[in-house]
Amino acid sequence: MSNALLSVQNFSVIYDVDPPVQAVTKIDFELRRGEILGLAGESGCGKTTLAYGIQRLLKAPAVITSGSVVFHDASGDDIDISGLGVEDMRQFRWDKISMVFQGAMNALNPVATIGSQLEDVFEVHRPNMSKAQRREAVVELLDIVKVGGQRRRSFPHELSGGMRQRVMIAMALALRPQLMVMDEPTTALDVLVQREILRQISDLRDEFGFSVIFITHDLPLLLEISDRIAIMREGEIVELATAERIWNNPQDEYTKKLLSSFPRLTGEKGLVKR
Amino acid sequence: MTLLEFDSVTKVYSVRGAGQIKALDDVSFTLESGQTIGVVGQSGSGKSTIAKILTQLETATSGEVRLDGRPIPRHGSGLRRYRQQLRMVFQDPFASLNPYHSVRHHIERPLRLDQVVPRDELKAEVRRLLERVQLPISAADRRPHELSGGQRQRVAIARALASRPKILVADEPVSMLDVSIRLGVLNLLSDLQREEGLGVLYITHDLATARHFSNEIIVLNQGRIVERGTADDVILRPSHPYTQELRAASPDPEKFFASISDAEGGAR
Repeated sequence: MSNALLSVQNFSVIYDVDPPVQAVTKIDFELRRGEILGLAGESGCGKTTLAYGIQRLLKAPAVITSGSVVFHDASGDDIDISGLGVEDMRQFRWDKISMVFQGAMNALNPVATIGSQLEDVFEVHRPNMSKAQRREAVVELLDIVKVGGQRRRSFPHELSGGMRQRVMIAMALALRPQLMVMDEPTTALDVLVQREILRQISDLRDEFGFSVIFITHDLPLLLEISDRIAIMREGEIVELATAERIWNNPQDEYTKKLLSSFPRLTGEKGLVKR
Repeated sequence: MTLLEFDSVTKVYSVRGAGQIKALDDVSFTLESGQTIGVVGQSGSGKSTIAKILTQLETATSGEVRLDGRPIPRHGSGLRRYRQQLRMVFQDPFASLNPYHSVRHHIERPLRLDQVVPRDELKAEVRRLLERVQLPISAADRRPHELSGGQRQRVAIARALASRPKILVADEPVSMLDVSIRLGVLNLLSDLQREEGLGVLYITHDLATARHFSNEIIVLNQGRIVERGTADDVILRPSHPYTQELRAASPDPEKFFASISDAEGGAR
């Protein structure tokens, strides 16, 4: 079993509008098994397009124009994601790669209990499970993310923003995927709740060993939680290095500029200088 | 000179099923001309209730707010004159501008309503305000959707400045903007505060920018002020456990990497 989980090569996406927009340009990177890879950049840099693109979640007018994405499954099989048929892709998604979306408050169905929404995952992907087994699995998931199994009959509006985001994480965790893609998972939450959720993501990663692609524009936060960070600008990765290296010894001018847009919390008053 | 006094203000909301909720509990502070006070705290701590009471969108249950020593008039032209002197900049520059109207319309409206300048000087005044917020004159005939988030927030600031207020209340003015333009907007607010002697109330959950841009910081928790002081005192030497908790939760790569290299140094 190799150390890599995902190999992305020469990956390009355009938005086929008039004139066409080159959103992601010839990106190459390798995601390692069990690592948290931060994806940082400003609005419009292509970070979300890239993260959605590798799971084939983009819809028209987005078109993948080149490249390959190979998933190195724990079983030893190499799966070429771009070559999967419709049904194989449906089974692949969520089973191998799951996703935590930004607006937890909007991502859940307001008129269904959180328990029934979690059960849906099993109903679709694990059709052989009995009702009782599904319920048991849901209670276990809610316990793992510390919402508590007794809350399975709650509706989304009865939970706080942080709790709803935990439910989304439980849902992403349901099938024990090997990769979780998280798109600004804590941006809408306040600092204290954000910190709890980050701690939990990191604990779960240690326990279950999945990899994480963590998208955000909050570079200070990313520096603390990522193993490696990719800095994106105008559809390209301008720098990819360990968090420590990005902080202590950034190479690219844009990385330096991004770092220096943050005032320092402690130390001498002023901006981060690199 | 003391501009604004927020004096022992308590605000109680009655919520059906939940009884009474004290959003603000005996909160007092004063704001001077040319001063920026940062108000920090987590969601629900009462930060925005302060802004609502200052703008009289809500009235205080008890306590008093005074501008230049005079209580806020409850209604009529007195309240309008008060609101000319205290203006808001809101969080969401996409929602706070009317998509049907040009930038010029947004800025002219307070100029006309408050009769800031004679009619024949409107055009020149719009130009002056746009320059003040570092927008090109050509922006006047654009509509909000043609502008970026940062440009829209500059329009919102120009609109707030139109009535020549003494105080700006900025409620999370940059949290929806891209990181690289946040500083530009905050620097603009800080220039205005210095050059025009504005009093600024900067409401935010971001401790790093609060430290950078405020003279003083007030920490709110469950409607109470738990700590206050100069920006550096509150952030670098927090004395209340709640402030300490907020600081510990805020990303601080500097400290993070310092502690890692300390640990590695110790292990060697």
